[in-house]
Amino acid sequence: MNTSGRSNRKSSSLPARTAGAGPLFAAPVAATGAALPMLTPSPVAALPMLTPSPVAALPTLTPSPVTALPTLTPSPGIPAAALDQPVSRAVEAASGLAPRPRREGPRLTAADMAGRQREISISEFFAKNRHLLGFDNPSKALLTTVKEAVDNSLDACEEAGLMPDLQVEIHRLSEDRFRVAVQDNGPGIVKSQVPKIFARLLYGSKFHTLKQSRGQQGIGISAAGMYGLITTGKPVVITSRTGKNRPAYHCELVINTKKNEPEILGDCEVEWELEHGTRVEITLQGTYKKGRHSVDGYLRQVAIANPHARITYVSPDPDDGGPMIFERVALGLPPEPVEIKPHPYGVELGVLLKMLKDTKARNLSAFLQAEFSRVTLRVAAEISERAGLSAGARPHQVSHEGGERLHAAMNAVKIMAPPTNCISPIGEELLLGALQQDLHADFYTTVTRPPSVYRGNPFQVEVGLAYGGGLSADDTVSLFRYANRVPLQYQQSACAITKATIGVDWKKYHLTQPRGALPVGPLVLVVHVASVWVPFTSESKEAVAHYPEIIKEIRLGLLEAGRRVALHIGRVRRDREEGKRFSYIQKYIPHVGIALQEILALSDPDRETLVEVLTGVLERSRSGGDET
Amino acid sequence: MSAAKQDRTKEIRERNRKLDEQTVLLIKKTASDIHRKVLARHKPDLKFPVRALSNVSYSEKRGYLEIGTQKKVRTLTVSTVKTFAQTLRMMSLSKSLIETGDFATKRDAYYQSKNWGEAMFHDQPESDTVMDDIEALFSVHQVSREQLRFIPDEHGGAVAGELVVLDPDPDTGVVERIDCTRFGSGAYSIPSSVEGLSFETSASFVLAIETGGMFQRLQSHKFWKTANCILVSMGGVPTRATRRFIRRLADEKSIPVYAFVDCDPYGISNIYRTLKVGSGNAAHINQFFCVPQAHFLGVTPQDIVDWKLPTHPLKEVDIKRAKDAIKNDPFFQQHQTWQKAMNQLLKMGVRAEQQALAKWGLNYVIDEYLPAKLKAAGKFLP
Repeated sequence: MNTSGRSNRKSSSLPARTAGAGPLFAAPVAATGAALPMLTPSPVAALPMLTPSPVAALPTLTPSPVTALPTLTPSPGIPAAALDQPVSRAVEAASGLAPRPRREGPRLTAADMAGRQREISISEFFAKNRHLLGFDNPSKALLTTVKEAVDNSLDACEEAGLMPDLQVEIHRLSEDRFRVAVQDNGPGIVKSQVPKIFARLLYGSKFHTLKQSRGQQGIGISAAGMYGLITTGKPVVITSRTGKNRPAYHCELVINTKKNEPEILGDCEVEWELEHGTRVEITLQGTYKKGRHSVDGYLRQVAIANPHARITYVSPDPDDGGPMIFERVALGLPPEPVEIKPHPYGVELGVLLKMLKDTKARNLSAFLQAEFSRVTLRVAAEISERAGLSAGARPHQVSHEGGERLHAAMNAVKIMAPPTNCISPIGEELLLGALQQDLHADFYTTVTRPPSVYRGNPFQVEVGLAYGGGLSADDTVSLFRYANRVPLQYQQSACAITKATIGVDWKKYHLTQPRGALPVGPLVLVVHVASVWVPFTSESKEAVAHYPEIIKEIRLGLLEAGRRVALHIGRVRRDREEGKRFSYIQKYIPHVGIALQEILALSDPDRETLVEVLTGVLERSRSGGDET
Repeated sequence: MSAAKQDRTKEIRERNRKLDEQTVLLIKKTASDIHRKVLARHKPDLKFPVRALSNVSYSEKRGYLEIGTQKKVRTLTVSTVKTFAQTLRMMSLSKSLIETGDFATKRDAYYQSKNWGEAMFHDQPESDTVMDDIEALFSVHQVSREQLRFIPDEHGGAVAGELVVLDPDPDTGVVERIDCTRFGSGAYSIPSSVEGLSFETSASFVLAIETGGMFQRLQSHKFWKTANCILVSMGGVPTRATRRFIRRLADEKSIPVYAFVDCDPYGISNIYRTLKVGSGNAAHINQFFCVPQAHFLGVTPQDIVDWKLPTHPLKEVDIKRAKDAIKNDPFFQQHQTWQKAMNQLLKMGVRAEQQALAKWGLNYVIDEYLPAKLKAAGKFLP
């Protein structure tokens, strides 16, 4: 595969399995590497955002001369059929497979058909398939827009070493039209990068790194802007400032869906109160919802997993009574996640083949040692031997078949687990602080599991639990799922976190649990899976895939938290019992007094003394200070 | 009223007064022990005999199933405070019943508790349990439930014959003289509580009869006159009152008791055994209710042979009961003769009712059987 990837070389020289969303900050490497190619895409099997594949080249397709404002309606001259192609077609076309005549009927000649066949822009593709990016319905679209902007802001602040201070505003413009504004105190974005980041799909800095981060593909914020444009015709408005001594840059952008190109409708320099930071405003059609999938609920979940962030939320609902502020709990930023090389156990054949082609290493041994973690000279020799390849072979010349043997050998040889210090968990203490601040409960506990590995990818699981207090006792527990600090909002039932939670016998921990379902009780469960590569079940990034290693770690974390909450529940029950016993004393001791008075003809004062003394004796024994 | 009778009345009153006095004293002592302990800042307790079969044994000397010395201590703690309070209030009720010359059944006591506010019983089983506890508590001091004025609902059997029952009226203090020869074809009915009764008799034995039918025959034909005895109808397994009545009569007048029941495992191991030695389940009260003086007149397994009685085959349940008695019952284990008799019965595989004698004529039992048996009273089964 990717035999025509010469022009991609520059960008794909990075280990390329992770994806990155369009960040709010300047990303020079990606900019120079990926902005260039406007050429026929490599024959990589699928669109990069559909399957994690080593595509490095951004599939920006053959530019069309048409520069009309992006619209949903095809421009004149482009046959509707081209836009109406089914997804598979589009993917085929987008991935640049050799054009094949469509069998539509005898009336068209191959030449006729060739006239209709054309490239489809990635933007066009997603404009038509917006559900793939989380814009299936108006309420989800609103939440997804907030999510993408918030993810970007947090990533940008963290990478710049700044404590995030976010402001999220939602303004209602009409019944179903909203303006979402997300503002951060990040490093800002240099003027030249602003249009590409906000109005071009698959433009980003994180796609080519193997490192724990929120965004991956570089689609999110541009897609949100595109959705806004499609539904309201309004541009994305950006304000960004990179430093005290520089002016703020303000612009209005639209994405040209045909070309996947940004177009600046107007820009200027403005005064801005922030020294540095970025504000993005998107106008879109949406539905503002309360409850489970609400924006405030989402931001509360964000705050729990990001205790170093301060988030202010301005709701469109006047009933909410002013801005809602989620204060930060942490005093400093989390340790920055370290970028690592892929582990031999986790690499896919296609990726390996591409790496062989792209490497600068001169021989196989050097290649294995340089491109993978935990491969020593000895291990490299063992792998080559098992694959029947010479350790001195030139990587570029390894055949497809040899690559397959190499892949098998890499998985067969015993190799040390990858380093796990690349993961940056929230931490028990901070997660606890965040839970205590954001949820009203009686009992909180958090568990951070030691890092573990699935298929060569390091990951770490954290569990938080809040019990009692203001939480509803009769409902199914709230399960807050996170992947790399990002709350997962949809597809709960498909998620490994849900599966692991259902698999725990919560009855042991004094909670009720219907068969094959989540437990019921005044409980909030937080499960965070952090990894350099979180395996999602689909590109919508809404559910974690069912890897046994991951499920096991989640389960162990839940069991520990469960044991602790069971102790707490037991204590509460005992206290309640104790209270009942105390009222028992109050209730029945007077009757002991009455009976003894009747039998022994005691005076009233005598009886009162008796009751008083006996109460004292029993209370003493209740608190454990008995004499016998 | 003659001087002798007046003396007798006085004597009876005095006896009953003393009995009540002792009972009240015991209640007071129990209460003041608790009172003293509390004032000393200790948790008070009550000691109950353990009412389990493991704490029951057959006393050859006393002749009944006796409760052992194991005690269960109920300390007043947070979890026992409710029952503790209820027990004490029940004891207080008992004291006031004695002082006012009244009585209460279990049901009465349950309703009385409705005046106790928080300490009231919500269900009769609750109050029954507390009453059983008190009964056990005082049984240790030889005070029966009836003396505490908690009487059973069931009354006793019928009595006829050479007996005068002296029954003091609790309100007037007048002692009624009840002549059990003067009930015509009827009979005197044993009251629920017999503690206050006294007896005058010249009879030479008490005949305790299983069935009402046989009792009626012997009573109607004045068998008590010819045999100089007192007839008591038990009506199956004798009630507390019947057992206590026979016991007190036998004790006070030092006369033997002969049991006349059906010849089957139920008549022998349930009716007769209960009459004589009491039951294992309520061993703590056997001391009041058993009649160690009782002997088994008939119908014996040997009688079936000797008197050529018509029989019925033993039922499954009969066989089981007989085997169980031989194997497990301390009373039967104690007596070789009973083991032999039971084995004989099992071997014959038949049973005979006391009325089977009617085969030889309705009054054959009066004319032939009983006189013949009584001649050999020394040979009755123990």
